[in-house]
Amino acid sequence: MALRVDIVAGSTTPIYRQVVDQIRLAVVTGDLEPGDPLPSVRALAAQLVVNPNTIAKAYGELSRSGEIVSQRGRGMFIGHAAPTPDASERRTRLASEAERLIQQALLLGASQAEVLALIRETWAGLEEAKKGPDDES
Amino acid sequence: MNDTPISAHGLTRAFYGHLAVSNVSFAVPRGQVFALLGRNGAGKTTTLRMLLGLLEPTAGEARLLGQTSRDLSPETRARIGFMAEGCALYDWMRVKECIAFQRAFYPRFDDETCRAVVDAFRLNERQRVGELSHGQRAGLNLAVVLATEPEVLILDDPAMGLDPVARRLLLEAMVHFSQRDHTTILYSTHLLADVERVADGIILLERGALRACCTVDTFRQRVRRYAIPFEGEPPSLPDEATIIAKKRFEQEMLVTVVTPAATPEGELPSVLALPDHEVEPLPISFEDAAIAYLGHRGEVRFVVERNDA
Repeated sequence: MALRVDIVAGSTTPIYRQVVDQIRLAVVTGDLEPGDPLPSVRALAAQLVVNPNTIAKAYGELSRSGEIVSQRGRGMFIGHAAPTPDASERRTRLASEAERLIQQALLLGASQAEVLALIRETWAGLEEAKKGPDDES
Repeated sequence: MNDTPISAHGLTRAFYGHLAVSNVSFAVPRGQVFALLGRNGAGKTTTLRMLLGLLEPTAGEARLLGQTSRDLSPETRARIGFMAEGCALYDWMRVKECIAFQRAFYPRFDDETCRAVVDAFRLNERQRVGELSHGQRAGLNLAVVLATEPEVLILDDPAMGLDPVARRLLLEAMVHFSQRDHTTILYSTHLLADVERVADGIILLERGALRACCTVDTFRQRVRRYAIPFEGEPPSLPDEATIIAKKRFEQEMLVTVVTPAATPEGELPSVLALPDHEVEPLPISFEDAAIAYLGHRGEVRFVVERNDA
């Protein structure tokens, strides 16, 4: 599947970070798989209308960790390494997302049990979707 | 090759005893896009005019493509593109005539580039320049400037009065030419979200003085925001110039701080080491950081660094 990146300028998240996060997201949700090609720095910069050095910075971060790999003359591809956020970063980012989810739940009058059940269900659904295409092919 | 095609060295200009630009130094590395920021009257246009050799500096020097701006040779001038504030074009010409007029001055005029930009802005070649909309006028100006394939491009508030579509086209053109031809671009603007998109670095002026010159990333790392919750008495903060904004709310205080260059990302700046209070880092956008920085009174310079391209 093609990579789809949407960036928002003026956000509290720097643009390079938005690109990194969305490529990671595409991998963990199974939209991109190891070996899938990525657009070139130039092409993605032109497509998103952002400074090419910003894209280069995002690709640099992902290739240092092996999440994407460059093949000489052929471009960038999704690699086999999984993202490795350190424990404290993982905690902070998940905590802020959890807070947002709970706020929504309170706003909509949902119970804790309802929210937890929904999380389990959604999690299973995503894993299923990720496995899906492999089984068919 | 000269690796900083645009530079200013102690650039100063006085008008009737008032310093419009005062001792401003910066350098834009080859192939990079720099935004010139500052409130109205900060000295942006005066700086650009001195760079182009259109205005004599009172002191200091501006240099373009390795030559002092005071006496640029015609050959060097032909390698520089400039779009003046409000787009200086002859209203009585038709679009077609305007293009032919510009072409006559530049042997390297590229018709294909010109046509591509003219088409992107949906200009009708038979229309009179005076009848064009703001955005179309900017598009035409951009077309005739970019068609000369400039190595250095200087744009004075090119986004002024543009609708969102024209603004995006302008950004696309900037990204495209900085990538394809390694054009070095300096442009003045008030649109901070666009700066975040396309600029490598910023040059920030306030009342004629240089307040910051650094990469967009450095600026983001250095200007940070914190929340300090409190009950009863608000925390008393040290009287430090690096605390550029304080906003007191009922139960918390929001503080914007310029951190010293070496402060690691998660670390609290020492001015906020408050024994009796928790200090919580908050995310801040580039736009909010720049507004806090610009809104701060005084001509303190915190974020000026050497450009290493």
